[in-house]
Amino acid sequence: MKKAIVIGGGPAGMQTALQLARRGVEPVIVERENALGGKLRNWHRLFPTFTPATDVLAELRRRVDEKGIEVHLSTEVESFTAKSVKLSDGRTMPCDAVVVTTGFTLFDARIKEEYGYGIYDNVVTSTDLERMFNEGRVVKADGSQPRRIAFLHCVGSRDEKVCQQHCSRVCCVTGVKQAIETKQLLPEADVFNFYMDIRMFGPGYEELYREAQQQYGIHFVRGRISEAAATHDGRIRIKAEDTLTGRPLRMSVDLLVLLIGMRANDTNAAFAAGAGLTRAASGFLQPENLFLDSVRSGVEGIFYAGAVTAPKTVGETVNEAIAAADAAAEYLSKN
Amino acid sequence: MKRNSWQDYQKQIADDHYYYARSCIRQNFFPGSERAFIDILTRDLGKDLLDDPKHSSCTGIGYHSDIVPLETIMTVVARQFSLMNEVGYENFVTSCITSFGIYTEILATWQEFPETEERTREYLRKATGREFTKPASLAHTSDIVFHFRDDIAARAKRRLVNAATGEPLRVVEHIGCHYAKIFPKSGIGGSEFPYVLAGMVESWGGECVDYPERRHCCGFGFRNYLVQANRGYSIANSHKKLESMAPYKPDFIVANCPGCAMFLDKWQYTIAEMEGTTYGENGHGIPVLTYEEMAGLVLGYDPWELGMQMHQVDVEPLLDKMGVEYDPAAKYLGRNGKFIGKPDTAAVNCGQSELLYDIKE
Repeated sequence: MKKAIVIGGGPAGMQTALQLARRGVEPVIVERENALGGKLRNWHRLFPTFTPATDVLAELRRRVDEKGIEVHLSTEVESFTAKSVKLSDGRTMPCDAVVVTTGFTLFDARIKEEYGYGIYDNVVTSTDLERMFNEGRVVKADGSQPRRIAFLHCVGSRDEKVCQQHCSRVCCVTGVKQAIETKQLLPEADVFNFYMDIRMFGPGYEELYREAQQQYGIHFVRGRISEAAATHDGRIRIKAEDTLTGRPLRMSVDLLVLLIGMRANDTNAAFAAGAGLTRAASGFLQPENLFLDSVRSGVEGIFYAGAVTAPKTVGETVNEAIAAADAAAEYLSKN
Repeated sequence: MKRNSWQDYQKQIADDHYYYARSCIRQNFFPGSERAFIDILTRDLGKDLLDDPKHSSCTGIGYHSDIVPLETIMTVVARQFSLMNEVGYENFVTSCITSFGIYTEILATWQEFPETEERTREYLRKATGREFTKPASLAHTSDIVFHFRDDIAARAKRRLVNAATGEPLRVVEHIGCHYAKIFPKSGIGGSEFPYVLAGMVESWGGECVDYPERRHCCGFGFRNYLVQANRGYSIANSHKKLESMAPYKPDFIVANCPGCAMFLDKWQYTIAEMEGTTYGENGHGIPVLTYEEMAGLVLGYDPWELGMQMHQVDVEPLLDKMGVEYDPAAKYLGRNGKFIGKPDTAAVNCGQSELLYDIKE
C-alpha cells in the first residue's frame, strides 16, 4: 500500500487522512502539538450556526481513531520532499506523497502596539475571548463584568504596515458571532464593532449580521481604532473616526477585543525552499492553479489542503481536504 | 505600567567620542540644558565630546515650513557630516528632536534612494569643495543620557522621590514626534511605548504616569504654531494633554524635544490667563523639565545653574519635594551675578515672591 504523510493534524489534516484511507492509501499524520485539532481546540462555537467546535473536533478525532490512522504527536517537521519527511529530531520518514496541511499562524496582536495588547489587561484577542466563552463568562481582568465592549476588526489583516495585505476572511463573521455571544452572556452590555468593511461572504453570514443589529442591538461603526490607552479608572480609552459621519470619536470601554487575522506560517519559507514550492506574496503556499488545481503544489507528489494556502473557514478547509486526498490518491495510483 | 515591548526597539549607541550638534531653538528656550549635557558627559562621566562651533542649523524648521528644499537640507546635513569627518569623529549626536528626525530621514532616504546621496555629494562638492562619510552612529542626546542612566544613578546625589514621604515622584514623560513617530526603530522603545525617558525616570527612582492622551502631540506641530492663525490649534492640543494628565497628579513633566518642553510649559501660563485653569498642585502649574535638567538635579547640580529659572511654570515646589537645596534669592541672577529680569506674578506660578531678591527694587 502506498504511504502518504499528512503534515499537520488540524481539521484539514484529519479529513485528508480519512479520505486517503477511504481511497486505499496509508495515511500518517505528523502533528507538532501534543493533540490533534489545531486551532479548533481553542474555539468555542463556529459561525454562522453556533455549532460547538467540540462537535466537529470530536467527530473528526473519533473517525481518525476508528480508522486506526497512524498519528505522530509532538513531532515537528524540518523539511520534506515528495518521497521523505525529515523530522527535527533527525529521523527521516519515507513516503510516496506528502499533503501539507499546516494551516496558519494567528497574528500576534502585540505587533499592533497602538492597541496595547500585552500591556493593558483589558485588551484581549478574539482567541482570548473564545477561551472566556469556554469558561462560560466574559469578564475584565479583575473579574468584574464589562459594561461596554468594543470589537476591532482587521487586526493584522489588510494592513500594509505589518506586511499583512491579505484579508483573513473569517474575522468579520467571527466578530459578529462573538458580539452576539457576548450579548447573550451580558444582555445589559453595550457592544460596538469597529470595521473598515464587513465582508459577509458565506451562507447565513449576512443574515447573522442583520440579526446582530436588529435582534441584539449591536452597534457597527465604520472606522478603525487608531489607539487604545488606559484611563484613570482602569478602563480603555479608544480613538477612532466614524467614517460614515466623518467625525472623530473617543470612547471609554471596559474590554477591547482585537479580531486577529490569519497569517502565513514562518515555516512556509523553509518548506518551500526545501521542496521547491512556490509562496504567494502573502507568504502562504501558492497552489499550482487557483481554479483547476488548487490542491496541487506544482511539485509532483506534494499537495495542499486548508489554510496553508490562504485563510479559509473550517467548512472550506474540511471540504478541500477531500479534494487534496483525492488528488494525492490519483497521483499514487499512477506512480 | 507594563512595558514589555521596548526591548524590541534597540539601537546602537556609541560609548564615547561624540560630535555634538546643537539645536537652534533650545539656546533660547532652555539655555542651560545643552551646557548641562556637555558638563554631565565630560565632567561627570569622563566622556569625550566635541562642541564644534563650525556646525550650522540643520534648517529643519525651514524644511518643515516648505521654505528649505529637500536638496538644500540634504546638502546642509552632508556638510555637518563633513565637519565631523574633518575632526576625526564618527558618532553624531544631535540635541534637537527635529534635527534628529531630519538626520534619520535623510540617512534613510540615502539608503533607500542612493541616487539622492550621489546628488548631495555633487552639490556639496560644488558648493564647498567638501566630501563626507556618513556617521557610524546617529543618536539623540536623550539616547546618550538613557545609555548612561545607570552610571548617572550610581553618581546620584538625589533621587526622583518625595524627600518627605520616600514615595517615587510621578512623572509624565513626553517624547517628541520626530524622535520615533516617523521611524519607530530609530527610538528606544519605538513610538507607542517609548522608553528613552521612562528608562531614565525608572533608573532614578521615579514612576511614569500613563494617561489617555499620552501619545498626543504637545501642540507645537510646526505649522500649528508657526502660522499665527493656527495657534488656537496649538494650544488646544496642549490643553487636551494637560486635561488628560491632571487627574494623575504628576509631580512634573519631562520631554526630550525643544518644542514639547516649551509648549507644555508656556501654554500652561496662557491657559491659566485665558480660563483661570491650572493643572498642578495648590492651583499652580505642573513644572516641565528637560531630561538634562532632570539628570542635572539627580547629579546634584544647582537648579539655577541648569537654567530652571527660565521656565514659565516655577520649579520650586518640585525642588522642595525632592529636597533640593537652592538659593531663592539667586534665581534671577545670571552666571555673572547680574540680574536677568523677573517675570510678573501669574496664577500658574508659585515662587515665594517675598523671598526673591529683586535688584530692581
